[in-house]
Amino acid sequence: MKFIRNTFDKYKPLFDKGGKYEKMAPAFNAFDTLMFVPNHTTKQGAHIRDGVDLKRVMITVILALVPALIFGMWNVGYQHFSQLGEAGTFIDYLIYGSVKFIPMVVVSYGVGLGIEFAFGVFRGHDINEGYLVSGMLIPLIMPIDLPLWMLGISVAFAVLIGKEAFGGTGMNILNPALVARAFAFFSYAPSMSGDKVWVSDAATVDAISGETILGSLAQNKEAGYSVLDMFMGYIPGSVGETSVLMILIGAAFLLFTGIASWRIMAGSVIGGALMGLIFNALGLNALMNFPWWQHLLVGGFAFGVVFMATDPVSAAQTDKGKWIYGFFIGLLAIMIRVFNGAYPEGMMMAILLMNVFAPTIDHYVIQGNIKRRKKRQKTNLETA
Amino acid sequence: MAEEKEPLFSKQNRALLTDPLDDNNPISVQVLGICSALAITVQLKPALVMSIAVLFVVIFSNVIVSLIRNLIPSRIRIIVQLLIVASLVILVDQILKAYAYDVSKELSVFVGLIITNCIVMGRLEAFALANGPWKSFLDGVGNGAGYALILVLVAFFRELLGSGKLFGFEVLGHKAKTIADSTGLYALGYENNGFMLLSPMALITVGIIIWFQRSKNRKLIEN
Repeated sequence: MKFIRNTFDKYKPLFDKGGKYEKMAPAFNAFDTLMFVPNHTTKQGAHIRDGVDLKRVMITVILALVPALIFGMWNVGYQHFSQLGEAGTFIDYLIYGSVKFIPMVVVSYGVGLGIEFAFGVFRGHDINEGYLVSGMLIPLIMPIDLPLWMLGISVAFAVLIGKEAFGGTGMNILNPALVARAFAFFSYAPSMSGDKVWVSDAATVDAISGETILGSLAQNKEAGYSVLDMFMGYIPGSVGETSVLMILIGAAFLLFTGIASWRIMAGSVIGGALMGLIFNALGLNALMNFPWWQHLLVGGFAFGVVFMATDPVSAAQTDKGKWIYGFFIGLLAIMIRVFNGAYPEGMMMAILLMNVFAPTIDHYVIQGNIKRRKKRQKTNLETA
Repeated sequence: MAEEKEPLFSKQNRALLTDPLDDNNPISVQVLGICSALAITVQLKPALVMSIAVLFVVIFSNVIVSLIRNLIPSRIRIIVQLLIVASLVILVDQILKAYAYDVSKELSVFVGLIITNCIVMGRLEAFALANGPWKSFLDGVGNGAGYALILVLVAFFRELLGSGKLFGFEVLGHKAKTIADSTGLYALGYENNGFMLLSPMALITVGIIIWFQRSKNRKLIEN
């Protein structure tokens, strides 16, 4: 540790104002603060400071993703081997999955951080850590066989148009990870949807039927998986989204550390359940007949609720707003699933749409609060 | 009259031509005429034809209105201007139908909608009513060209990335059913970007052009 600190201190003057590499200071500082907690102190006034900074928050989210991530890699191998009818051990599955998945992570971080560093140096501001989480989320919500160059372009689009165009981390209206997925979805539809992309090698091997549960239901077929499979995640899907159990472990960790908002999560689950119940009552096709609580287990619902909807930047900020925001995410996600046959999963669109509406929701919540307080003041004056 | 003594291409007149190309571009700075820029920029050919049509309409309506500007009672000037623009647009539409039927079908309603293109009315109101025919002509050429510049730029990227073609030629190679039969970039596994064919991407492309332009030309940045 000491050695690293000393190395940083040795080269620091080069990057200070007037130093040789002054222009590269943002890049240097980014590495410095990533390794060590910054020792900046406030110069005037009284402040109470928590040790938690943006990087700590980001790392916490990454830790919360780890269970879903490891299970996801295992599941990639499991789906591949079991669909082919080949036997494999736990290690086989995991190795197959990592070989497929780790390049995606490398590309995602390489492209995303590359652009962030370039912008930091070019604009002369410190590098934001916002991409640490997005960079891990993006591979987790993509199909495993997505060509890496497509992933790279989607990441570039998300960072450039989804984030930097709005002013960088903390300024983005939409969740960058979902921007990447939406871009890939509309750009390269054949690689992003259908029944041939969710299990590794499904496109080339005929024996594999990689249809997801929602995909089967959309075609009025049976789901074909047990409820335990859905909950544990032994089903085809994007890498991170399949296992509700692992996502719940992550959710518990996020709630325990106070990083994610329980109001948003609860609101989404209520909204989704309500919409599911309404459709169950109607019961016109397979998707509508799918039990409401199973709707919450399949597809990207759980993953989206826990890791995407709760993104503190793009979500609503007020407490009441968070309930409304979450509620409509759940509601819309199930609604899109059921009504749009060509598009079996609605989570991405629901979250993106509510991202757009989040500031409006906050505005009306705040205005409502102001109105209520004014009214109270008035009645207080009258009675006094 | 002082105007006639001025050389044909005085500095001021040259500015009329060049300003709309960059500093005062009708699309990227004034943000006018966006609808057509989104609708017909999927391919280069219709975009180019549309640009020429708008160029024609802007130039001639500018010159005609400028010629009769002192005769138009100001209370009915919008109606008069609309009549002139509408006649010119119908002329363009008929010519396209006669000589370039395919493109005319592709552009469909958007040729007719040149009438409502804010650039045309904007130039008439803001410029032609107050200036002589020569200046109005230059202003029309400048604004028409500024419009055309952005349109062609957007269409270039959308056609190249969206369908891998330029003016209908397969510049990136031929895409067959399987990768093995494809040539050029497609043989390497490249695929066209379907998003580029949808109108949101035209808006984003215009946005990127605006972003790029303002980061080069800092005086355009408003607070």
